[in-house]
Amino acid sequence: MALTMFRGIKCCPFSMYPSALVARKHVFLYCTMNNSPSQTATQDKAQANAKVSTQSKKMSKVAKDYEAIIGIETHVQLSTLTKAFCTCPYNYGSQPNSSVCPICMGLPGALPVLNSKVIEYAVRLGLALNCELSFNSKFDRKQYFYPDLPKGYQISQFDVPIATGGFIDLDLPVEFGGGHRKFGITRVHMEEDAGKLLHTGNGSFSQVDLNRAGVPLLEIVSEPDMRTGIEAAEYAAELQRMVRYLGISNGNMQEGSLRCDVNVSVRPWGQIEFGTKVEIKNLNSFSAMNRAIDFEIARQELLHSQGQADQIVQETRLWEEGAQKTVTMRKKEGLADYRYFPEPDLPAVNLTIKYVDDIRDSLPELPEMKRRRYETMGLSMQDILFLVNDMDVADFFDATIAKAADVKLAANWIMGDIAAYLKNEKLSINEVKLTPEELGELIASIKSGTISGKIGKEILFELLAKGGTVQGLIKEKDLVQIADPVEIEKMVDKVIADNPKQLEQYRGGKTKLQGFFAGQIMKASKGKANPGILNKILLEKLNAKS
Amino acid sequence: MLLSSVQNPRLLYLQSRLSHFNFRIKSSLHTSQTLTLTPSPPPPTSQILDIRKTLLSREKTAVELAGDYLTRIQRSDPKLKSFLYVSEESVLREAEELDRKIERNEEVGPLAGVYVGVKDNICTADMPSTAGSRILENYKPAYDATAVSKMRESGAIVVGKTNMDEFGMGSSTEASAYQVTANPWDLSRVPGGSSGGSASAVSARQCVVSLGSDTGGSVRQPASFCGVVGLKPTYGRVSRYGLVAYASSLDVIGCFGSSVSDTGILLNAISGHDRHDATSSRREVPDFTSQFISKDILDSKPLKGLRVGVIRETLDEGVDAEIVMSIRAAVSHLEELGCTVTEVSLPSFSLGLPAYYILASSESSSNLSRYDGVRYGNQCESEELNSLYENTRAHGFGSEVKRRILMGTYALSAGYYDAYYKRAQQVRTLVRKSFKSALDENDILISPAAPSAAYKIGEKKDDPLAMYAGDIMTVNVNLAGLPALVLPCGLVEGGPAGLPVGLQMIGAAFDEEKLLKVGHIFEQTLQDCCFVPPIAADN
Ligand SMILES: [Zn+2]
Repeated sequence: MALTMFRGIKCCPFSMYPSALVARKHVFLYCTMNNSPSQTATQDKAQANAKVSTQSKKMSKVAKDYEAIIGIETHVQLSTLTKAFCTCPYNYGSQPNSSVCPICMGLPGALPVLNSKVIEYAVRLGLALNCELSFNSKFDRKQYFYPDLPKGYQISQFDVPIATGGFIDLDLPVEFGGGHRKFGITRVHMEEDAGKLLHTGNGSFSQVDLNRAGVPLLEIVSEPDMRTGIEAAEYAAELQRMVRYLGISNGNMQEGSLRCDVNVSVRPWGQIEFGTKVEIKNLNSFSAMNRAIDFEIARQELLHSQGQADQIVQETRLWEEGAQKTVTMRKKEGLADYRYFPEPDLPAVNLTIKYVDDIRDSLPELPEMKRRRYETMGLSMQDILFLVNDMDVADFFDATIAKAADVKLAANWIMGDIAAYLKNEKLSINEVKLTPEELGELIASIKSGTISGKIGKEILFELLAKGGTVQGLIKEKDLVQIADPVEIEKMVDKVIADNPKQLEQYRGGKTKLQGFFAGQIMKASKGKANPGILNKILLEKLNAKS
Repeated sequence: MLLSSVQNPRLLYLQSRLSHFNFRIKSSLHTSQTLTLTPSPPPPTSQILDIRKTLLSREKTAVELAGDYLTRIQRSDPKLKSFLYVSEESVLREAEELDRKIERNEEVGPLAGVYVGVKDNICTADMPSTAGSRILENYKPAYDATAVSKMRESGAIVVGKTNMDEFGMGSSTEASAYQVTANPWDLSRVPGGSSGGSASAVSARQCVVSLGSDTGGSVRQPASFCGVVGLKPTYGRVSRYGLVAYASSLDVIGCFGSSVSDTGILLNAISGHDRHDATSSRREVPDFTSQFISKDILDSKPLKGLRVGVIRETLDEGVDAEIVMSIRAAVSHLEELGCTVTEVSLPSFSLGLPAYYILASSESSSNLSRYDGVRYGNQCESEELNSLYENTRAHGFGSEVKRRILMGTYALSAGYYDAYYKRAQQVRTLVRKSFKSALDENDILISPAAPSAAYKIGEKKDDPLAMYAGDIMTVNVNLAGLPALVLPCGLVEGGPAGLPVGLQMIGAAFDEEKLLKVGHIFEQTLQDCCFVPPIAADN
């Protein structure tokens, strides 16, 4: 369907995709800098720590005199099948303007119709963030001109957001000093995403890709409760976990499914008023957030300490990954007037108690609940944070221990060999052939002595790569531990008989040679002999005065 | 009270042509059989049903009928300028298709062979849809508006796109970026607006029925000026999908016809919930045509017991005396038909006009933001983004549109929102309430459709306030979202053959059925009136 005629301002031959062309000026684009989406938040932060430390050491003297105040606005792209107000699907990375229609292009006469999943997802997140829900909310129009905004206004929520006044619980990583934190959530509201501007090679034109226009977003505004870069990064990481647990977004920062704008101000200790607020954009990873914020705090503290606090102006600064610093993007020229008013094309959003209750009943166990539960199971916070970070891993762990597998052993297997395997193979836990039931079986088989730990490891890699059952593999490869004393005795006898010299030395006082004999016997048993029984019989035989 | 104006010389003039005036005289003489006493021209019949009969009886082919209408357009439109675009080719092609269907004795829809004019702000996939604006010059939508596709599914053939005030902002069609449409009754006068082209096209029989849009009276006032029937349905009755938005909370697609039954049949075709319009109602649509009882089987008091409220504020000062008189005469006619007529007061009535202009301008300032030259429409070459917007919009929009964008932007600005937009919304609530209570007491409310008959082209063009004041009769109905039917009830002095006056009947929400029933009986029993303008009679 040829929807429009796209033209350039100047006559410019461009025909790859139907894209509108506008002159390029003050154009800013979120660029994706990191292409490894599998990186976890914790790994991300470990790197961050290393890089930040040198810079923050310089500042440590003045830092004591000041307090930083950090608030975060997060946009989460919802993973609904279709956009918020039309039936176009959205797939990140598809060809420009391949997923558009009269509605998301803002053609004359087209009207928005709300995708009810957006409300459902908003309610899910509102409940998960312990918010109070507005049973009667509405949509508003936020008005401004920009080429990526097809209607000249964004459908958003202004004075009656769907959820307000919640909080988020989290535990800081042990390597950052640990500790529990509770940060306030001011509001959660629904809105639509804008399109994207693409810039041509020679820079004289910009093109508009409207695939993203109309994709549903939730904007989550935090209270200014964070004080350090790591707190802010952890807040964002917890939000990411939450939206993933809730199944409402893939939370992928590199693809822009989770975007954080951070406000940072610094004030002398004891001062009640906030300092001048600076906004930081272009934060494409948690580690970038952490570093950018700590840089910005240090920058502002330095200015304060030099009596140049007036140099801190209300502005938007850009995090430059290469230079590891924030730079001025644009100064705020007064407050923008968005001329909000109620969206007349959409009816009010009215929730019923039953609707909300049904959603509440369908919520999964959230990260915070999992952490507290694992804590009562006796796991260390380090283990807990690792397991809870990825819901699939946590679910795998829960399924493993569901059949009474040892909790600590299960955690160790998952965090150790399995995690290493996943990392090497670049797989997620759902992509391996190993089932939690078999891991439980494996742990039980080792614990009961059916197989040795060493053989257990072999079986694990077999299971991860090819699948199958523990029992099946044990049988197939004849791996059952030899625990029959008669059989072991035969092997002991044979090894002793084959090594008369060593026996003599042993009996001559060189008792260390017991290890040699044990090794030989284990080798003869192909590793299957039960070490306890073996050693017991061996000792008896070695020490026997025959 | 009515007789007190007998001394007015104009009334004497009216007397000679207005049948209902005769009723009044007779009724005051207590004559009971008033309806059949004087021989008179026959009341309007349904053109749609006539066409159906003509086609199905093979009296004429659809192509022949198309030829009739196209010829009439060719002859009269150079003078009237009702149409911005006439699609001869597709009309003939679709007529041929219909003829083949009839030949094969296939089932044809209720609007088969009905030639429809469509206001230019209603999207049509195969024709330009400019909304009367330069900024959308040559713009061809990718899709049909729901109302248009529903009409087409019923067999209607779209003749072309009718002229209008740019984006619906105006009351005379003089604010079209392309041409000025003339009133078929007097070519020196305006047809009303903003749906002036649709009204004049039906009045001049250039098409059978037409679609218009009504944000503050844009169907009803031109219907009144052109002597045709205009129906503004309840907000939400007809899908707005594909209607180029002016003020979304007020916009409604409406119908024009030369008889009440034609507007009812057209409404039947376009009504109903649309999943593309979240504000369209899920209410079931009754068969509006079942209301049309043949004149021959009406008893002497067909509207016995119907409670009619005359809105006092609409017959106050500021309304032309002859209009007041025509409405009074219509009241008598209604009484004659058995209605119980009382006067009702809507205290918030006068507040409606300023509230309307604030709300409509506010919404339009937002709705028109999309015309930025980036994706479609006229674009002005620019070196820089802001000047792209500025130049595109400065050249693309006419002065009335700019005025309303400015007013709306101002009203929504921080610091002014509460004083303007919010207060206007409060007035809107008041208006709704006062209509509600008046309609609890009455079945229908009546008023003039406009404070005057059609005025001269250019008379109010440079006086926006005078132009706005002309909307006083209609805007309140939009604020309340109610249905209203305007039908010609008489003629006043002016032009070569007099100028028509429209009677507005306002009903409860979603009660178009009652309006059509009452309107139909009123129309069928109105004597001595023939609302065919000279230009159509000539042909
Ligand atoms: Zn779309």
